[in-house]
Amino acid sequence: MSAIQQSFKNVMDWVDARLPVTETYEKHMSKYYAPKNFNFWYFFGVLATVVLVNQLLTGIWLTMSYVPTADGAFASIEYIMRDVEYGWMLRYMHSTGASAFFLVVYLHMFRALAYGSYQKPRELIWILGMVIFIALMAEGFFGYLLPWGNMSFWAGQVIVSLAGAIPVVGEDLAVWVRGDFNISGITLNRFFALHVVLIPLVLIVLVFLHILALHEVGSNNPDGVDIKKNLDEDGKPVDGIPFHPHYTIGHDLPAIVGFLFLFSIVMFYFPDGGGYLIEAPNYEPANPLKTPDLIAPVWYYTPFYSMLRAATFPLFGLDAKFWGLVVMAGAIALPIVLPWLDKSPVKSMRYKGWASRIFLTVFIIAFFILGYLGTQHPTAGRTLVAQICTGIYFGYFLLMPWYTSVEKTRPVPERVTMR
Amino acid sequence: MSENSVNSGRRNFLIGATSLVGAAGVVGVAVPFVGSWNPSAKALAAGAPIKVDIGKLKPGEMLGPIPAWRDKPIFVVKRSEEMLSILESKDDRLADPHSERPMQPEYAKNDGRSIKPDVLVLVGLCTHLGCSPKYYPVVQPEQFDENWIGGFFCPCHGSKFDLAGRVYKGVPAPSNLEVPPHFYESESVVVIGEDGGTA
Repeated sequence: MSAIQQSFKNVMDWVDARLPVTETYEKHMSKYYAPKNFNFWYFFGVLATVVLVNQLLTGIWLTMSYVPTADGAFASIEYIMRDVEYGWMLRYMHSTGASAFFLVVYLHMFRALAYGSYQKPRELIWILGMVIFIALMAEGFFGYLLPWGNMSFWAGQVIVSLAGAIPVVGEDLAVWVRGDFNISGITLNRFFALHVVLIPLVLIVLVFLHILALHEVGSNNPDGVDIKKNLDEDGKPVDGIPFHPHYTIGHDLPAIVGFLFLFSIVMFYFPDGGGYLIEAPNYEPANPLKTPDLIAPVWYYTPFYSMLRAATFPLFGLDAKFWGLVVMAGAIALPIVLPWLDKSPVKSMRYKGWASRIFLTVFIIAFFILGYLGTQHPTAGRTLVAQICTGIYFGYFLLMPWYTSVEKTRPVPERVTMR
Repeated sequence: MSENSVNSGRRNFLIGATSLVGAAGVVGVAVPFVGSWNPSAKALAAGAPIKVDIGKLKPGEMLGPIPAWRDKPIFVVKRSEEMLSILESKDDRLADPHSERPMQPEYAKNDGRSIKPDVLVLVGLCTHLGCSPKYYPVVQPEQFDENWIGGFFCPCHGSKFDLAGRVYKGVPAPSNLEVPPHFYESESVVVIGEDGGTA
């Protein structure tokens, strides 16, 4: 051992006796055994982390030039775009990052649905993930008001008015959330605080717990086979490989490079995304007296927005408006209990029966249709389609205990397969 | 009782008492945090009544949404004779034709939902989710309704209202548009935001 290695070891020994650095590194990196059959769908967890870091960094830099007041907000965005050096780039990194965040999170969630990653013993990972998703939706919503464009204003108006749908206390609750009788600079200022301080803190803690819970039980894989069942003489899973360096360098790094490549194309050449990433009415300052012709949320909320609009008739003496809120909140909250809805003895779609496969496919198609309808004007025909798709969305979850228990599953192999 | 034994009754009592006092403290300290979200004195003061001159408003025209009361758009419509006769026809597609829901002051609970039959004053925010509906006064087939007889249409979620702000059936908005408290200071000046002496 050279003198340098010896002194490094001495330093690490000194630190490890006081802080478990080596132990933590081994537990979560060099001796964390991940199944060797990860595929494309396993990119999105790490990509979500990359985007989170991007949002935190660019967000902090944006606050250095942004002014959270009704008079100053819109002008400060223009100032960032025109006068601050690289301000345009930081802002586009942040706005593209917001869409990228939802894109990778939706793909990450789809992976969990397809491979049964929410099933026992990963229920808490799934629940924490759903809470992250809800926090992310809140984060995106609060952030969307900040540019103080006309779409910011009216989207904020619509969503805060949702609180008003709650019987009895609703109107007072909406006033309390806004801090005013209508959306105003007061609302903007508090949404700024929530967007840049409170929700990011909550998100970081939740992401930490999500990863901690994952590393406690180990990763699932496309076959849904428990790799801890097959251990070698040293007690290591025969189908597992150390996360570092195999997945960090061999799997995740190329994925990050490829992702950043695509991200850069969007950020540099299509930062508005044809009006889907930054909407046209937002180039006009907030005007409390003029609603844009079409209020459509950014693409990542449109499926849930469609479900909100799909409730058009009163029921049990309560308004359609209230049921819209219930449907939307239910659609967001229902997946939380997914681990207890799936009664299948197998995890992965590879071995589940046809019923599960068809239900998942139809569910995804309905989700896409709802997403599209949310960007369009409501008409009678479109509302009917949205109602049918809302039924499918809920049916996928609520009928799951039935179709996963009656369908015929395929035999699951003993070991993971490399296909 | 030996020196090391545990008096579990006393321990439970102390845990319970400490938790209770702690919980009371948490509730107490939450008060300022929750309270600070209420409208500030400045926000309350900004919600004062406004005066609108309707002297130059011609029949069929809408003033607004220029005036704002409590930062909310206000619609002031001077209805023509033709419009008033349409209102009398009592469209059976209306959800609350007699304004049973308390969306207006008592003095505006009538067929026209107004003090003067021809002048309609409304808060221009949809009772669904607060978008501002658009004024479509002309009787003609519209993209959203082939039998349109004039009124307001909300572009956000497709709610429809007639020329008295009464909501149609089968749209997401649950109730008629709100008529704010208002009174006439003179023949042509309406004060919005206060009941005045006419209440």
